[in-house]
Amino acid sequence: MYEFNYRKVDSVDAAVEAIQQADDGKFVAGGQTMLPTMKHRLASPSDVIDLGGIAELVGVCVEGDTVIIGAMTTHAAVAASAEVQAAIPALAKLAANIGDPAVRNKGTIGGSIANHDPAADYPAAVIALGATVKTSRREIPGEEFFTDMFETALEEDEIITAVTFPVAEMAAYMKFENPASRYAIVGVFVAKTGGEVRVGVTGATSCAHRGLQLEAALGGQLDASGIDAVELPVENMNSDIHASAEYRAHLVKVMTKRAVEACAQ
Amino acid sequence: MVTVNITVNGKPVSGEVESRTLLVQFLRDNLRLTGTHVGCDTSQCGACVVHVDGKSIKSCTLLAVQADGAEVTTIEGVANGSELHPMQQAFMDNHGLQCGFCTPGMVMTALDIVNRNGNNLDEATVRKELEGNICRCTGYHNIVKSVQAGAKNMGGS
Ligand SMILES: Cc1cc2nc3c(=O)[nH]c(=O)nc-3n(C[C@H](O)[C@H](O)[C@H](O)COP(=O)(O)OP(=O)(O)OC[C@H]3O[C@@H](n4cnc5c(N)ncnc54)[C@H](O)[C@@H]3O)c2cc1C
Repeated sequence: MYEFNYRKVDSVDAAVEAIQQADDGKFVAGGQTMLPTMKHRLASPSDVIDLGGIAELVGVCVEGDTVIIGAMTTHAAVAASAEVQAAIPALAKLAANIGDPAVRNKGTIGGSIANHDPAADYPAAVIALGATVKTSRREIPGEEFFTDMFETALEEDEIITAVTFPVAEMAAYMKFENPASRYAIVGVFVAKTGGEVRVGVTGATSCAHRGLQLEAALGGQLDASGIDAVELPVENMNSDIHASAEYRAHLVKVMTKRAVEACAQ
Repeated sequence: MVTVNITVNGKPVSGEVESRTLLVQFLRDNLRLTGTHVGCDTSQCGACVVHVDGKSIKSCTLLAVQADGAEVTTIEGVANGSELHPMQQAFMDNHGLQCGFCTPGMVMTALDIVNRNGNNLDEATVRKELEGNICRCTGYHNIVKSVQAGAKNMGGS
């Protein structure tokens, strides 16, 4: 890892100012992706601005039909939150199955979605639940947030402050995980909210996305009988040592069926 | 260079570090607490697990400056003098180690498991909770037994 200037800030404004003043600044949240990346010299920022001192970014609250999760809330805190468990149990369960306990004690929701690893779990939930990403300057619909592999709608000096999730009537997440890292080889989040059934897919392609063909096959119902007939474009699927494109295309349908069945239970 | 003040195993320590110094490097190189190991560079193996403010974290994936002001417990802070902690004793009694490289991280994670899940641990819970700790010798079987036995003995029964 190359040396850098370290700055810990205690407000969102101070973080924005610090990054604007830096040559090539980067925010660090839980550091569970940032630090390994810097160790491998895949990133070598001039300045690292630590969001760990911004108290207002930490915490979960439920207001009416919305769950609001501060960007610096750890995966462990979301998993253990009685409020999330009651309002959107599938979201608490998703958080409880990210990586391992030590990773969950540091990794944050803001860091996970800002990073947009194409195999990360949260993006599927953000898309399927119709969440909104709140930032230091605007609100971004979850569906428009993820733009490409490791790319999002965020500007360089923009900070995620919170993610708001509408409470779903029913929801479930199923992931086929890499047995070593626990990242999703394929993960599918299915949610029924306000009479609409949405499908969020991660791990399968370069970008977390809505499974529109799958949604059409479900037709607003939690009935998976039409899923087998869906023909997903294999050429869009990721292919690596863990799984071929054909296998991933197959897994998307299997995970969708399992998630639909888990919703219906 | 930056100054860090950390309480390690109950003792306040301070040191001058580079921003890029990892907590594990500070523990091993500055404080000579070499019980905390580094087994990988991908944050996956768990040999470096310590507790920071009571929670298990991978000390290879935290900057020393980020631990400024924190309370850190390492494997060296677990025993009571020459008397092993019940969790350490359980690893000894159950042949929970072979080469021993992963053991400090295993014990620190095991203590965190007990903190969150209590003294009565079933095998499935232990196996799931140990996902972030890799052992290349034992096949995990005796590690799982050790954690269950250690947890029980910590409860005093
Ligand atoms: C061994 C291991 C296993 C893992 N397994 C999984 C898994 O199964 N599933 C999964 O989804 N993830 C997994 N992860 C990743 C983990 O969830 C990380 O916590 C997450 O990807 C990044 O979150 P972080 O808070 O650590 O962010 P950091 O690493 O600190 O930051 C990541 C990126 O996000 C930016 N950033 C952070 N916070 C903000 C913010 N508020 N606003 C704007 N930009 C921001 C940073 O600048 C950086 O570019 C794993 C990680 C490890 C090390």
